[in-house]
Amino acid sequence: MTALVPLPVMLPLLGAALTLLLANRPLPQRVVSVSCLGGTLVVAVVLLVQAYRHGPLVVEIGDWRAPVGIVLVADQLAALMLVVSSAVTLCVLLYSIGQGQAETGETAPLAIFHPTYLVLTAGVTNAFLAGDLFNLFVGFEMLLAASFVLITLNGTRLRIRTGSTYVVVNVLASMIFLISVGLVYAATGTLNLAHLAARLDALPEGVRLSLQLMLLLAFGIKAAVFPLSAWLPDSYPTAPAPVTAVFAGLLTKVGVYAIIRTQTLLFPGHQAGELLMVVAGLTMLVGILGAVAQSDMKRLLSFTLVSHIGFMIFGVGLSTVAGLVGAIFYVVHHITIQTALFLVAGLVEQRTGSTDLRRLGGLARMAPVLGVLFFVSAMNLAGIPPFSGFLGKLGLLQAGVAAGGPLPWVLVAVGTLTSLLTLYVASRVWNLAFWRAPCQTVTPTAPLPALMVGATVALVALGVGLTVVAGPLFDVTTGAAVDLRDRTPYIRAVLPGGPP
Amino acid sequence: MSTGANLVSFVAIGVLVGCGVSLLLERSLSRVLLGIILIGNGINLLIIFGSRSGRAPIVGVTEAPSMSDALPQAMVLTAIVITFGITAFLLALSYRSWYLTGDDEVPDDIEDQQIVRRAARKEVSTADLGGEGAGSDEEQVDPPVQRGAFPDEGPG
Repeated sequence: MTALVPLPVMLPLLGAALTLLLANRPLPQRVVSVSCLGGTLVVAVVLLVQAYRHGPLVVEIGDWRAPVGIVLVADQLAALMLVVSSAVTLCVLLYSIGQGQAETGETAPLAIFHPTYLVLTAGVTNAFLAGDLFNLFVGFEMLLAASFVLITLNGTRLRIRTGSTYVVVNVLASMIFLISVGLVYAATGTLNLAHLAARLDALPEGVRLSLQLMLLLAFGIKAAVFPLSAWLPDSYPTAPAPVTAVFAGLLTKVGVYAIIRTQTLLFPGHQAGELLMVVAGLTMLVGILGAVAQSDMKRLLSFTLVSHIGFMIFGVGLSTVAGLVGAIFYVVHHITIQTALFLVAGLVEQRTGSTDLRRLGGLARMAPVLGVLFFVSAMNLAGIPPFSGFLGKLGLLQAGVAAGGPLPWVLVAVGTLTSLLTLYVASRVWNLAFWRAPCQTVTPTAPLPALMVGATVALVALGVGLTVVAGPLFDVTTGAAVDLRDRTPYIRAVLPGGPP
Repeated sequence: MSTGANLVSFVAIGVLVGCGVSLLLERSLSRVLLGIILIGNGINLLIIFGSRSGRAPIVGVTEAPSMSDALPQAMVLTAIVITFGITAFLLALSYRSWYLTGDDEVPDDIEDQQIVRRAARKEVSTADLGGEGAGSDEEQVDPPVQRGAFPDEGPG
């Protein structure tokens, strides 16, 4: 079974090579991309089942033994992330095929969409599976390099302008990450995460704390945690709709995943818990207040994205099992639902040519399907029962109450306030774009392609379906959180003979 | 463990990263690019000096205790390749920016621009009331959907 572990990285990379060869031949390109991502999804599901039943799966690449060689580790957390990310990337790929965004004309530079998108997927899966810090860095670089191309797709003025901010900020984050990798290696002589877990404890308190803060800084920029989040709402909305959707859904969550992984495995009983909680509260508040002030649907959604990152960081900051369970569940929920919302925004744009709330109106009558899709996902995001957003928030708030103490209680209050403000923002979009009488300026265009709507419906249904499978999902997230807190399953799987 | 690091190497790293940071704060994208290159090289030195130095790590040629650590060198090679790729992309980006706008300056935040504009007119946010909003702000309006070839814009 361990032979399956590298496949989620290899399949998209092979697909990228193939689609590059098949440039200018749209149909085979699409077939290759869809089958690669479909295959990745199947492999991810198998890995999750295996990891759930038998514990972490480990592969030593090239048969180099663990602390020296590169290992890929699929434990429950990584496998769960793989399943969600491949399901979401597959949906977005179908959507972009429907939109014709991926289409190739004879002179079009867009033939690169499919290969780049697949490299992005490979980078994301590589980051999830990485068993050592440097491989995590390589995964980040893969997905970043691909995302640079995707965010400046077509090279229009606006995209170049916003893309340059995105590129510079993310390169800076990578530099900080690389510095911390160098310092970690200098201090411990290893980069293997399991090996580090054993060796970091022996370091002096100050050195360990500074390493921890360096890593948090790097991942915080990538996860768009306030005050490191200003780049996000500025750069995401201008990219093509499917690109924005997959960025919003996945890329920030890779940062959150890296925070969860390093905080639990490398720095258990860490001192950064309070810092993380303060930052989480500020992220929630500042993000959602930013969303309230927006008048463009995509920018507004970008601000809600930033705001809800705070919920996950809150769970990590609590560093109890319940907090981690809530955080992991929330990551799964939020990847699905935020992507779905951006896809709906893309559909609105396709239908009316705009996402400007001042010009939109009457969409509920003009396109009832869109209305239903937006309403369901927005209520899900705001956390109205019985949707998964409610379950995720409830889990986190309960964990906060259980943890006790002044700071968790403040966070519980802030979280509730953020949910209410999210509801306000959602209802504002609903009122302006969908409910009120149509404006003169909106000119309906051709009906929406069935594949676009289908992919969006699938993703919204997945978001709603999380409620149905919430029981088993909580089992998996609990298992993942217990393993994370315990650390020994991971360390023993990577280093069966104990750390050398 | 001897790392081969001395005062000169620390100063070199510090100067490289320091100059890089100062260039990174510039407005022009090509200067930012130079800053990134300098910082990248500084970090590579940092990684190299953070590990054991010695002779070539070849079994049979060097004895184990006097071998250098090969792992950071592999990491630095990877980092060099990555920095090279990013440099090429940023060069293309700044060229494209120059081609489209005549310079390669990174402009202000959209949010900042809006707030400055509103403050100049002594307005508060009135998006809900039908006042200032994305529609009257060309920065927030999406470009027309482009399909096919490069859009025909810029001074070329």
